[in-house]
Amino acid sequence: MHKKNTFLQKLKAWVNGEDTLLHADEYIAKRKQPQPKQWLRSPSVEKIKSNRALYSFLCVLVAMVFITIMMVVVSELPTFGNASNPGNNEVMERYLEKGIEETGAINFVAGMILDYRAFDTFGESNVLFLAVICVLMLLRRDSKNISAAEEKEIAEDEALDAVDHKSILQVGAKYLSPVIILYGIYVILNGHLSPGGGFSGGSIVGGGLILYAAAFGHQSVQRFLNFRTFTWISVGCLLTYFACKSYSFFTGANHVGYTIPKGIPGHILSAGFILPLNICVGLIVACTMYGFYALFTKGDI
Amino acid sequence: MTHLLINYYEAASVILFGIGFMNLLLQNNLIKKFIGLNIMDTAVYLFLAAQGYITNRVAPILTHGIVDADYYINPVPAGLVLTGIVVSVSVTAFSLALVQRLYKHYGTLNMDEIMRLSREREGE
Amino acid sequence: MNWEISTIIQMLMVVFLIACAIGVSVTKNLFIAVIIFMGYSSIMAIIWVFLQSPDLAITEAAVGAGVSSVLFFLTLKKVHALKGTREG
Repeated sequence: MHKKNTFLQKLKAWVNGEDTLLHADEYIAKRKQPQPKQWLRSPSVEKIKSNRALYSFLCVLVAMVFITIMMVVVSELPTFGNASNPGNNEVMERYLEKGIEETGAINFVAGMILDYRAFDTFGESNVLFLAVICVLMLLRRDSKNISAAEEKEIAEDEALDAVDHKSILQVGAKYLSPVIILYGIYVILNGHLSPGGGFSGGSIVGGGLILYAAAFGHQSVQRFLNFRTFTWISVGCLLTYFACKSYSFFTGANHVGYTIPKGIPGHILSAGFILPLNICVGLIVACTMYGFYALFTKGDI
Repeated sequence: MTHLLINYYEAASVILFGIGFMNLLLQNNLIKKFIGLNIMDTAVYLFLAAQGYITNRVAPILTHGIVDADYYINPVPAGLVLTGIVVSVSVTAFSLALVQRLYKHYGTLNMDEIMRLSREREGE
Repeated sequence: MNWEISTIIQMLMVVFLIACAIGVSVTKNLFIAVIIFMGYSSIMAIIWVFLQSPDLAITEAAVGAGVSSVLFFLTLKKVHALKGTREG
């Protein structure tokens, strides 16, 4: 092993696998450890947190400072309920005056969120779908993420459930859940005519399904909503929504050259795409709410 | 001070936001922390909806066939809050699922305890 | 400042809302905390009606007081914080 002087020679030797010392190794061996500067080091969070009283005091202080700043801002805000507030500007006037003509929906809020800002709502349906997928990943009960103690606990719970008659709950659910689900469907279908719409109606339908499942067990709901149907409904509704609202991309922006029949405002079959979109959103929300419940109790849909 | 009394919805939403924030900082229990987060959510919604309200006007749904911007309240905050409420419930569900996993792993809901246990297990 | 009856009722509602929020913070029992939070959501639904937003009222009543509380209760059961089931 002859002496190597230049950097290139050393590098060649190192690549060939010889035992050599690179500049970097020398530097690492020789360098001085940087000393932590005492006067610059901020107090660590753990140290403060170990002193409970100091931590509480600091938290209350920070929160109070925030509240004081926001209170000063609120005391300078324009008066509550005044028609000439800066928030009530030409955007609102446009929505209220041209809304029925352009969207055909009597409920201005439904016309706004499902026609003017429909992509907003599409993103939100995606958020719901993503949330249920994340919960599915975290809580799905399969052979790999279950311990023996838990299995025993689940078996005990199921045995207790089988003995428990739940008479009051079952009688209540038998008469209440059809009414609740029917009301939810009414709210979804009348979303463009009266208060409500996809989100609220879907949550009500989901609540009815939860009541039914709590009283009669998961098997009774699984007859019509198992994992397969759940996936089909969610994905199908998201794709339908996308197809309905992306027509303005395919036909040129701003609905040029393609008008959907609006119908007579006030009739159930009116308002263009708002009714199908409401149904899509309602189905997604109902599936999501029931999916949360099923995953939280049984660990499977 | 009288202005705060007139803007009582906004003032209350600021107080609620503060309560939720303190819950988030001071509570050790994770479930209480998430209830605090939900209170903060609703405080922001209350503020937004109060900004859109106008006295002596009706909800933005066509009544008596009147198409006039001076007859209805502002529909924009209602649309924003409607989307916010549903997002907040999905965030709640996701965080509660995380809480269940944490409990499964550490056997406790106390935040300090979880931090201590995780540091110990890292040290092992 | 006009002191109509509806203004006074709304102020009472708001005060009740703040009381509920403080109650959630100070109570030790998690079950009671979730119940109080349910009440908070119901009061919030009434306030949406006063603020002329019926859409929000329906959604808040279904989501806040219904589904979200159910999820909290299920989590409490899972973490063994409910009396009568299996105390941790």
